[in-house]
Amino acid sequence: MNFLKRYCTFAAQKNKIYCFALILNLFQFIYMKTIKLKKGLNIEISGKASLAIASMSQPETVAIVPDDFKGITPKVVVKEGDTVKAGSVLFFDKTHPELKVVSPVSGTVAEVARGERRKLLYISVKRDIETTYEKFNKIDPNAKREEILNALLESGFGALLRQRPYDVIANPSITPKAIFVSAFDSAPLAPDYNFVLKGQASQVQAGLSVLAKLTEGKVYYSVCPSTSAELKNMKDVEINEFVGAHPAGNVGVQINHLNPVNKGEVVWTLNIQDVALIGRFANTGIVNLIKTIAVAGPEVIEPTYVKTVYGTSIASITNCNITKGIKVRYINGDVLSGTQVLETGVLSPFANMVSVIAEGDTADEFVGWAMPRLNKFSNSNLFATKIIRKICPKATFDFDARILGGERAFIMSGELEKVFPMDIMPEQLLKAMITKNLDKMEQLGAYEVAPEDFGLCEFVCTSKIELQKIVRESLDYMRKELE
Amino acid sequence: MKFLKNILDKLEPTFSEGGKLSKLHSVFDGFSTFLFVPNHTAKSGAHIHDAIDSKRTMITVVLALVPALLFGMWNVGYQHFLAIGQEVGFWEQFAFGLLAVLPTLVVSYVVGLGIEFIIAQIKGHEIQEGFLVTGFLIPLIVPVDTPLWMIAVATAFAVIFAKEVFGGTGYNIFNVALITRAFLFFAYPTAMSGDQVWVRTRDAFWWGAGEPINAFSGATPLGQLATSAEPVAAFHNIMGDPIGFWDGFLGLIPGSVGETSTLAILLGAVLLIVTNVASWKTMLSVFLGGAVMGFVFNTWGPDSAVAHLPWYNHLVLGGFAFGAVFMATDPVTSARTETGKWIYGFLIGVMAIIIRVLNPGYPEGMMLAILLMNIFGCLIDYFVVQSNIKKRLKRTTIK
Repeated sequence: MNFLKRYCTFAAQKNKIYCFALILNLFQFIYMKTIKLKKGLNIEISGKASLAIASMSQPETVAIVPDDFKGITPKVVVKEGDTVKAGSVLFFDKTHPELKVVSPVSGTVAEVARGERRKLLYISVKRDIETTYEKFNKIDPNAKREEILNALLESGFGALLRQRPYDVIANPSITPKAIFVSAFDSAPLAPDYNFVLKGQASQVQAGLSVLAKLTEGKVYYSVCPSTSAELKNMKDVEINEFVGAHPAGNVGVQINHLNPVNKGEVVWTLNIQDVALIGRFANTGIVNLIKTIAVAGPEVIEPTYVKTVYGTSIASITNCNITKGIKVRYINGDVLSGTQVLETGVLSPFANMVSVIAEGDTADEFVGWAMPRLNKFSNSNLFATKIIRKICPKATFDFDARILGGERAFIMSGELEKVFPMDIMPEQLLKAMITKNLDKMEQLGAYEVAPEDFGLCEFVCTSKIELQKIVRESLDYMRKELE
Repeated sequence: MKFLKNILDKLEPTFSEGGKLSKLHSVFDGFSTFLFVPNHTAKSGAHIHDAIDSKRTMITVVLALVPALLFGMWNVGYQHFLAIGQEVGFWEQFAFGLLAVLPTLVVSYVVGLGIEFIIAQIKGHEIQEGFLVTGFLIPLIVPVDTPLWMIAVATAFAVIFAKEVFGGTGYNIFNVALITRAFLFFAYPTAMSGDQVWVRTRDAFWWGAGEPINAFSGATPLGQLATSAEPVAAFHNIMGDPIGFWDGFLGLIPGSVGETSTLAILLGAVLLIVTNVASWKTMLSVFLGGAVMGFVFNTWGPDSAVAHLPWYNHLVLGGFAFGAVFMATDPVTSARTETGKWIYGFLIGVMAIIIRVLNPGYPEGMMLAILLMNIFGCLIDYFVVQSNIKKRLKRTTIK
């Protein structure tokens, strides 16, 4: 009640129209739509990051990997020895030259590494001690759409926008019908954005206001019951609340429930931390890409958060904070939909966490199919997981990177549906994808999905089929055939 | 266990490509994954996986079949000693049944798994577990007196032509165990029907021989009803004493080895439903379909013995319960959508009773009903999927 009172007095101080807008906004805040999801699964893994930011020494070089930017064919504009500032263009997309990828730090280009058939592998930049920034104009929120879009493209933020269909970097020449931002991440061990963005609500708001200019429709901003009041109270957007287990926080699920993608339509999606980066850029005119990254997982000794930029090496992010003596796997992103990366690899621009789990390839479990294996997690009733979780809600289970079985054809039916809260038939869509049937893919909703939406399906699949790989390849195939 | 693992590790190069015994790679792989959970790790996509795998799933189905098998074994012994007029104890009855049924089980597994191993090696993939269940089902759905060579031939036919030609486990259109039974039924009708095959009157491994007593008649209740001259729904046991619903429910009647006791089958059903391995929707709707159709025939049916059989008796006689619990729920050959399962199951129940009542040539309709619906499963799914497609299309046209 106190909060309401303060809000109203604040509103009363402003002029009448502004006051009206604020009350409308307040109304929306109180009466926001709540969408309850019954399907889904929360997986209990130990090693959740504690709410603190550990200091880390920023490494001497950062490396940008073009492969992280799905859908971009890179054309390099720098050569070894060039000096760059934070925000200077490193490469752009061949088909859409206005899509640019910038350096997150200032320094000199150390290496432009190429592989077979001169494929660009990465560009590394040796950083200066003091970061200097490329100067851009601040973004006026009342400017025209083209001006705002150009400003974002020039400063490299265009390459952080993703689009559906195909889940690739957004094509800037198409105006999206809506933009989706999720204010929470429900994946296992995911970063807590209430903590990560504490005190940055104004930046998030600035970012959302900028995004609102880019679409002809709305910006859908989805929250969950535990989202902080600070992050729940945004304007220029439609706020919806999602209640339920993972994947409630995935934009794919939110798109499907709020404004699904039909044939010929395009929506954009953006991570909330990147929204805050855009807000920071809009307010200051400099490209400061420092984000807060969770370092989590069973094999992290002290799981915590660090502040760094994309392109930073995984080794310096994990900073020897890893269990010694066993083989571990580093993952850019969460354990369900992230990509494996070597310790010498770098942080992806689209990752907000680094997960570390045991590889487990030397484990030997004797007659596993017959043993109770109480330490194993399963969504099925063939293990005691559900009973254990009822008796002891805080129980955690052992995880490693083994697929724990052999790959088979689809046998069991109905198990994917249980963790797929979208109005899409996952098994039938996947079968259309496996058979490369473009018509069926289109009819069954392939435009609406991204590989990450199938992360849980892949987890629960008895037949251990590589579902996300199938989806990724099929989306690429669709894009090639239909665009 | 380290010791076993070391042996496997040592043997692996011999069986891998280029090794001396690389021709037996699939067999080696089959055994090593049987002994130890395979430790290959995720290469793409999700980095962690649910602990469930197809081995554990299939083993659960086999476990669910155990009550039916044990009861079936005992019932074989019980019927045998009843027929030859000897009174023996429970364990003798069970031992006789065990000796009579075990050879079928062995033949079914040896032939089926043998073919699976060979095909896995030729195709170069892992040995799939589907036959663990099929091999266990086959002895349960044939009469105890079926000659072993027939079972061998039928199993080989079913595994090759009903499964492997389609691509193996997960790709088959028809239930493999039912194809085995259908093959036997149509290729060797005299060994699969009539009133001589359901009760073993000869010895098992030279033990328990005797002559059937005069009153003995080995026809199953459904067989009796189909050949009954009078339109009265009465049936009797092998001694000619009248029996009813509860005898059918408990299973003290002649029939295929595993199908007689609805109680034992329901025990298996409970395990399958609790572990969520089989769909309760399919099971329930099969029983519903059977009950509704049985009731319809009771009320408006023709004036024949089997049409007058009260509807609830249909559910406990013949292979109805066994088919509903273990055959209709086979996820590969059943409808795969949730709505589809209701329709699929219901139609199986309806079809089975229609065949029983309207075609006296087939007193037991379950096998044919399920095989028929196996074909229609995909069609039912097609319509369910089509409704999702239409909904999506509508979304675009509204705007």
